[in-house]
Amino acid sequence: MDLILHVWRQASPAEKGRFVRYEAKDVSEHASFLEMLDIVNERLTERAEEPIAFEHDCREGICGSCGIVINGYAHGPQHGAATCQLHMRHFSDGDEIWIEPWRAKAFPVIKDLVVDRSAFDRIMQVGGFIAARTGSAPDANAIPVPKDKADLAMDAAACIGCGACVAACPNASAMLFVSAKVCHLGLLPQGQPERRERVLRMIGQMDAEGFGSCTNHAECQAACPKEISVDFIARLNRDLFGAALTAV
Amino acid sequence: MRRVLSLYRSSVGKKILMAATGVIFFLYVFAHMFGNLKAFQGPEKFDHYAEFLREVGAPVFGHGQVLWIARVVLLVCVAVHVLAALQLWRMSAVARPVKYGRRLEPEESTYASRTMRWGSVIIFLFVVYHILHFTVGSVHPDFIPGSAYHNLVVGFQVWPMALAYVVVMFVLCLHLYHGVWSGLQTLGANHPRYNRYRRPFATVVAGVIFLGFISVPISVLIGIIA
Repeated sequence: MDLILHVWRQASPAEKGRFVRYEAKDVSEHASFLEMLDIVNERLTERAEEPIAFEHDCREGICGSCGIVINGYAHGPQHGAATCQLHMRHFSDGDEIWIEPWRAKAFPVIKDLVVDRSAFDRIMQVGGFIAARTGSAPDANAIPVPKDKADLAMDAAACIGCGACVAACPNASAMLFVSAKVCHLGLLPQGQPERRERVLRMIGQMDAEGFGSCTNHAECQAACPKEISVDFIARLNRDLFGAALTAV
Repeated sequence: MRRVLSLYRSSVGKKILMAATGVIFFLYVFAHMFGNLKAFQGPEKFDHYAEFLREVGAPVFGHGQVLWIARVVLLVCVAVHVLAALQLWRMSAVARPVKYGRRLEPEESTYASRTMRWGSVIIFLFVVYHILHFTVGSVHPDFIPGSAYHNLVVGFQVWPMALAYVVVMFVLCLHLYHGVWSGLQTLGANHPRYNRYRRPFATVVAGVIFLGFISVPISVLIGIIA
């Protein structure tokens, strides 16, 4: 299939970016989206042009590094899948495809389609952990966890921190990410000691990083490759309210 | 107390305040709509109801005192709601300095959710006009203080005015539709068993309030209320 790509090219964080038009001829419909970019990059390299920088690692939908916005959809139009899981058969011969990086103040562009998601790491550093005894490994199942709680915690823990929620949000809010992280630990007995401090500090860091404010559009849950529900945002709000009203 | 104050400083705390004041507005708007329906019972009942709003609370409260308490509470709520909205809007406005080259495709957001901010400006201007129209009477063609039914009928017999009210009520109910759902979400009203009823609940609430409000100007226009 032949495609026309409009790719965001930006040489460095300080420079202004722009869309560059590329013709991608004779691309296999069995190629993944990233493989299509690999093909384009090989041809650019052969012509001694700078290849398109894009982030990727596992290419099996679990590392969360390959996020790009394709035709106005974070991770492309396919639901429940990261960019690497999107295949060219979802496009038609002759399609024009707009490819851009996540856009948010808190996610500055490093180069082309690669953004710096350290803001998420800093949110995790202030509360995305539990206190655990070091030394010998604890006995398995020493702490009973109710099945429904365990399932819900696992749903939240499915978050791979890719940032699609921020990219797809009209407000560039990080609420779905933060809610997934807060709930995944807060639902489990192991996460209780730091539960109140965790939600207060993670929300504080989220605001400090310059993310926008959630207005409950729910665009994030449509874009999330792990299909995390906005119900976790309601749970986060309730947790924060409780934590703020509790003295200790 | 330190934590309660830090709650307001956070984006989520401001949203909780917006939701809480939103609940008060919702209750007020519903009561207002229900009161308006007394227009169908004729001038005597309607004017009596208008007088009741001033006498309510007697003999503990004097003439108009409860009404003024309600007005002050609503005014404080408006101040809180608007201030928090402006601060949150500002936060989101600067959160994406470089816009997308190709617009984000809406998937789950609704027309109501995307028009919350500009819709609220229309509602705010309407409320100011509405007070001048039916409470102060300064923009009313023939305002008689104390004759609520007369003022209502004469006010809505100007058909462009009645039509404008109907349009603004649609804007108000779009705001309410997203506001009710969004408020439940922000206040953490979330339970696997009831979550699927939140959207239908918002739809029914917004629909009932819309129909209740527009029934009065439309009835004046077609002569049911005269």
